[in-house]
Amino acid sequence: MAVTDRVHTPPPTRQRPPRDRRVKRLAFSRKVSTWDVKLSPYLYISPFFLLFAVTGLFPLLYTAWVSLHEWNLIGGQGDFTGLENFRFVLVQPFFWNAVGNTFSIFLLSSVPQVVLAIAIAAVLDANLRARTFWRMGVLVPFVVAPVAVGLIFNNLFADQAGLFNELLTGVGLDPVRWHADSFASHIAIATMVNFRWMGYNALIFLAAMQAIPRDVYEAATIDGAGRLRQFLSVTVPMLRPTVIFVVITATIGGLQIFDEARVFDQGGLGGADRQWQTLTMYIWELGWGQRNFGRASAVAWLLFLIIVVSPLANFLPTRRIADQGGRR
Amino acid sequence: MNPRTRFITLSAAAASLVLALSACSSGASENSGVEGETGAEDVTLSIGTFNEFGYEDLFSEYEELNPNVTIEHKKAATSDEARDNLTTRLAAGSGLSDIEGIEMDWLPELLEYSDQFADLADPAVEGRWLDWKSAAATTEDGALIGYGTDAGPQGVCYRADLFEAAGLPSDREAVAEMLEGDWQNYFDAGKEFVAASDGVAWFDSAGATYQGMINQVENAYEENDGTVIATENPEVKDIYEQVLQASVEDGLSAHLTQWEPDWVASFQSDAFATKLCPGWMLGIIEGNAEGVEGWDIADVFPGGGGNWGGSYLTVPTQGAHQAEAKKFAEWLTAPEQQIKAFESKGNFPSQVEALESETLLSQTDPFFNDAPTGEILVDRANAIEVRPFKGPKYFPINTALQQALTRVDVNQTDDADSSWEKFVTAVGAL
Repeated sequence: MAVTDRVHTPPPTRQRPPRDRRVKRLAFSRKVSTWDVKLSPYLYISPFFLLFAVTGLFPLLYTAWVSLHEWNLIGGQGDFTGLENFRFVLVQPFFWNAVGNTFSIFLLSSVPQVVLAIAIAAVLDANLRARTFWRMGVLVPFVVAPVAVGLIFNNLFADQAGLFNELLTGVGLDPVRWHADSFASHIAIATMVNFRWMGYNALIFLAAMQAIPRDVYEAATIDGAGRLRQFLSVTVPMLRPTVIFVVITATIGGLQIFDEARVFDQGGLGGADRQWQTLTMYIWELGWGQRNFGRASAVAWLLFLIIVVSPLANFLPTRRIADQGGRR
Repeated sequence: MNPRTRFITLSAAAASLVLALSACSSGASENSGVEGETGAEDVTLSIGTFNEFGYEDLFSEYEELNPNVTIEHKKAATSDEARDNLTTRLAAGSGLSDIEGIEMDWLPELLEYSDQFADLADPAVEGRWLDWKSAAATTEDGALIGYGTDAGPQGVCYRADLFEAAGLPSDREAVAEMLEGDWQNYFDAGKEFVAASDGVAWFDSAGATYQGMINQVENAYEENDGTVIATENPEVKDIYEQVLQASVEDGLSAHLTQWEPDWVASFQSDAFATKLCPGWMLGIIEGNAEGVEGWDIADVFPGGGGNWGGSYLTVPTQGAHQAEAKKFAEWLTAPEQQIKAFESKGNFPSQVEALESETLLSQTDPFFNDAPTGEILVDRANAIEVRPFKGPKYFPINTALQQALTRVDVNQTDDADSSWEKFVTAVGAL
């Protein structure tokens, strides 16, 4: 109908009214069914997006609005300041320190986490006795609350009285200064993150591994490939989509590390020299410590941009690694 | 009427009744504020506290005295949790309890928003508290936003056995005499002690000691008008250098950070011999040092008296029953009730009259070698003269300075000068 509108229609007097009505009705019901086909899928998924608009998009945009103002936690909205909050935050050494810490902790946790999770999944994929027990077992750390994990590890990593340093001095090594040395603190925090997430990722990998057709392995066995060779040349390349999925979710989660780092000492500000202050903790310090919501929102938005860009950046190398495996 | 219609009619009637009642109660209290009538209608008062206020038994007592009042207690585990809850709900404009307990250190920030809290000034409570206690909760226009509960007058806790081993006087009168004087005198005694003992430090932490010192400075970080002077104030820098000289150069510190697991564990290992201790710290020492003998407390504090901590009860203006809430808070913070809270949890009262109470004065503590802790802390409370000014930026500045001390004393990743530079940067970023 839209098309016929544009051409010059013949005078209406030439058309017979009953026929016209029938055509219209037919056109209408066809239209309804076209709508049904075209719109229904969107209607079915719309609850998610409506909910997202309320709980995700609105806070996102509101945060952007807050970041353009002076804004106190209790006092509320102040003057419009344009991009001043962003300018202020971007010249702060504390901001860049937090960016560095965030990426350092993220790399120290994500890389070993993915590698070890694949290894654990491969072991769980083998013919074990009491399979379900072992598979559920790796998930136990995941159901422990992060703050509880933090408190337990906090005692293990205590500089003087902690178990890890007791063990190190026991075998004649120097104790590690977990709360003074920046890199050591990152390792300690990454350990907590790994402890919590490794089993979870291992189960995702395990599910993907079980979807790999067994005849591929049989063919490899006939070709004379051993277990290790099969793992590297068949399992890992076939896991490619799952690896990408896990890497992206690990990036999103890893860049927002908060709980483990916050409970690493009692102050919760990331150490006396901000050795392990992550971006989310910096947001906390600005927003709730200094009550400056404007600056906190500016950092929150910068973090959002970093999170959006990062998976794209590591999508490429991830794909190349998987591709190389596939070509062999 | 069949059962179904009857049910519907009944619930409709109940609903309209509820609507009418709620409209009535909210309408009445909104206008009255803290001056409204009390004791007439039935109310449920909620009270938010944290840690141990020691009020549990008092709640039922008040309910018996005031049959129209039902009390609902919301207890947060830590003061940090309570603070987050308070600020978030203040910002939201609803959700606070009728009475909210607050810690002394939050006052400077809250006084900025004093219109969020009812003015509790009343002839009935004039002169009830120690001067500095009520002054800290009073705005410039004379509004009193909180009723004082407990206080934290500080003495010096020490290990008599370690003192004796190092050849220092060990009974509490002699120790008080030895430590009477300024901070340099306290540090000098420390040097003597450290030289004569085997690897035991004089105090636990540079940060804790600094806190005792800075609380005796009237305008440490900010002028009364809010101008930040922290980085230029020679008094602050002097104290900073003095405490680090003592901690690091003279080796008097055990290089611990208060509240960290290492600090908690150190009570079991003879790591240090003295500790600045407000009344509420006694219970903490007793818990951490369980099984260790030799702790005692001396009736002395270097540089004059000092207070650390203590709380208040406030009545947020967003509450629906402010008059009833004020009456309840007034009753809870009366000397008689605070003495009962002291008996229950050891919270040292901040009320003038309570300091003369026989119950308080006769209190002794078996863990501290049967020291007359009640009498000593009353003396310590009366010795407090300076009321340090704490402005809106006190909290973040003090945190930055504590971090500066930790870098030098505990982490040893900086020396005093480079750490001070970082402190200046941090204050500049506020």
